[in-house]
Amino acid sequence: MRSGRKIRVLIAKPGLDSHDRGAKVVARALRDGGMEVIYTGLRQTPEQIAETALQEDVDVIGLSILSGAHRTLFPRIMELLKQKGMNDVMVFAGGIIPGEDVPEIKKCGIKEVFGPGTTTETIVTYVFDNVPKRA
Amino acid sequence: MFEKEKIEEVKQERGRWEQTTLQNWLKQTRERKGEFHDHSGMAIKRVYTPEDIKNMDYMQDLGFPGEYPFTRGVHATMYRGRLWTMRMFAGFGTAANTNKRFKYLLKEGESGLSTAFDYPTIMGYDSDHPMAMGEVGICGVAVSSLQDMEVLFSGIPLDQVTTSMTINGPAPMLLAMYVAVGDKEGVPREELGGTTQNDNLKEFFAQKLCIFPPKASVKLTTDIIEYCARHLPRWNPVSISGYHIREAGATALQELAFTLYDGISYVESTIERGLKVDDFAPRLSFFFASHNDFCEEIAKFRAARRIWAKVIKERFHTKNPRSMWMRMHIQTSGCTLTAQQPLNNVIRTTIQALAAACGGTQSLHTNSFDEALALPSEKAVRVALRTQQIVAHESGITHTVDPMAGSFYIEALTNEMEEKAFEYFRKIDDMGGAITAIEKGFFQNEIADSAFKYQREIDEKKRTVVGVNEYATEEDHPIELLRVDPKVEKDQLASLQKLRKERDQRKANEALGKLHYAAEKNGNLMPLMIDAVKAYATLGEITDVLKTVYGEYKELIVI
Repeated sequence: MRSGRKIRVLIAKPGLDSHDRGAKVVARALRDGGMEVIYTGLRQTPEQIAETALQEDVDVIGLSILSGAHRTLFPRIMELLKQKGMNDVMVFAGGIIPGEDVPEIKKCGIKEVFGPGTTTETIVTYVFDNVPKRA
Repeated sequence: MFEKEKIEEVKQERGRWEQTTLQNWLKQTRERKGEFHDHSGMAIKRVYTPEDIKNMDYMQDLGFPGEYPFTRGVHATMYRGRLWTMRMFAGFGTAANTNKRFKYLLKEGESGLSTAFDYPTIMGYDSDHPMAMGEVGICGVAVSSLQDMEVLFSGIPLDQVTTSMTINGPAPMLLAMYVAVGDKEGVPREELGGTTQNDNLKEFFAQKLCIFPPKASVKLTTDIIEYCARHLPRWNPVSISGYHIREAGATALQELAFTLYDGISYVESTIERGLKVDDFAPRLSFFFASHNDFCEEIAKFRAARRIWAKVIKERFHTKNPRSMWMRMHIQTSGCTLTAQQPLNNVIRTTIQALAAACGGTQSLHTNSFDEALALPSEKAVRVALRTQQIVAHESGITHTVDPMAGSFYIEALTNEMEEKAFEYFRKIDDMGGAITAIEKGFFQNEIADSAFKYQREIDEKKRTVVGVNEYATEEDHPIELLRVDPKVEKDQLASLQKLRKERDQRKANEALGKLHYAAEKNGNLMPLMIDAVKAYATLGEITDVLKTVYGEYKELIVI
């Protein structure tokens, strides 16, 4: 992390579902933890998310999805980030994601998946500990 | 309800008790917490007595069931006559998949259908729209045209079952399709019974599945209310919903106040069309959540009925009791379900179902224990349905009307809920009404604050969630999850392509053109909507026509 720069996090809602309670609670907790948080709002396409991440120059992306479309959308988002050269951005995910899907999700480059019942503190600490170092 | 001298005696005795028995007890045993609160943050007293309801007037505040102010229930005999409708929300995959689940549920003793649509349908996209990628048939059934609707209800007698459809923005299109299926099967329109959720206001701050801007959305909601008042006498045109408000994080009190305020807004918008309140108010229905705080929930349901009766009577000046009654559907609370130790959710759902029954609901959906993990499996749905059957047939609470009435605590809470809800009404009135409050982000902020506070309480262990922040165990999820076959999307796309090829394109275009014209002229769109779906214009095509006239809603982002 560059000295003097706050950690920049994009909280994004891919897919069509509108369950933003978790995303907003996490966004607020990260902000209270001293990070700069950008929330995309609902129903963002993978292209929009990757573009926003690039424009906002974020260190971390949190993806929240509860519609079950993660198996289609997560790999697509990761692919687009790679195409845009954002290999260093740390991506984590949350929502209703069955445990058996997690290995596949991690394989596509998502670093951690937080299921229901995770405390906000766990997520804030995780982000602090895993945010990529900036040159 | 009590004589003054008796209240005085209770007061004095309470003073004595506090200084003797209570004092002595507290010296030995401290209470678990300094203060106790319900989910709405209202302080809960140690003991409630007649003093807490000393100003109550039995006839004015409670009355008899089936009569004003309906606190005790909308029907004279309640569950002694007929049990609530057991209505399980279902839908996934293709119309054929869901048609099979519907038939299964009816065979298992369900008494009404409730349709879950997939996200593309809910957002007005056809299954082959780019935004639909990965979502077709996942969280509900995919319905892109009348063709799908015909399959969805094939072999189900529409004059005998009632159908609830959870659909808001595209409610006019889906209702039009349902009417068209009924027409085709020869069911007279007067006999079609069911409900369209059609509550667009709450979409802007709770469920957030908005397509059109607020004013156009309220116009479409009102179109259905008006159309049903004139042509579909057995249809509940709108299900004014607190469920989503609560699930988005609101407290019980906020759920109550915001929902009823939305109801007020629809009554106003329909009266502006020239209808009299008695023409449509008897058919307005409501939808609430039942959360874990048992007594608070019961008080909320009772308060809701009383407030609504008063609002309709006093604000809209009618004498017809049928206009004042509030009929409700309740769903147990999805957000209380935990992914950890999922079987515990059966118990949560039982408590919530019991509260719904004690609260006098007309219809109930009980959640399945696996829903924090995935869509419910058939086995989990059966346990959920059995849960309400056990509450209905074995618990004994259905033997008498409003069994919790007269509890000092329940009555005091009911009064407090009512009083605080009216405070919210005044605040929103002063703001200029629901649409202005939405535009200012008022509801959104209130709900986001409550959601954050709730989560913090769990994180800080001020609120116990069994199996999550206390009594946690390491475990796998050995339960079987329902997966939607990826073939669903392929099949759905193929049938949609086929429809586009085979329909009479000229007829479809013509119907869409007429609809466009009517939308610009601001007429009631329902009759032309029915023509359009009968010409097999698709959901997405109709939505696009309306978008060109009304524009699209852009989300107001509130963290």
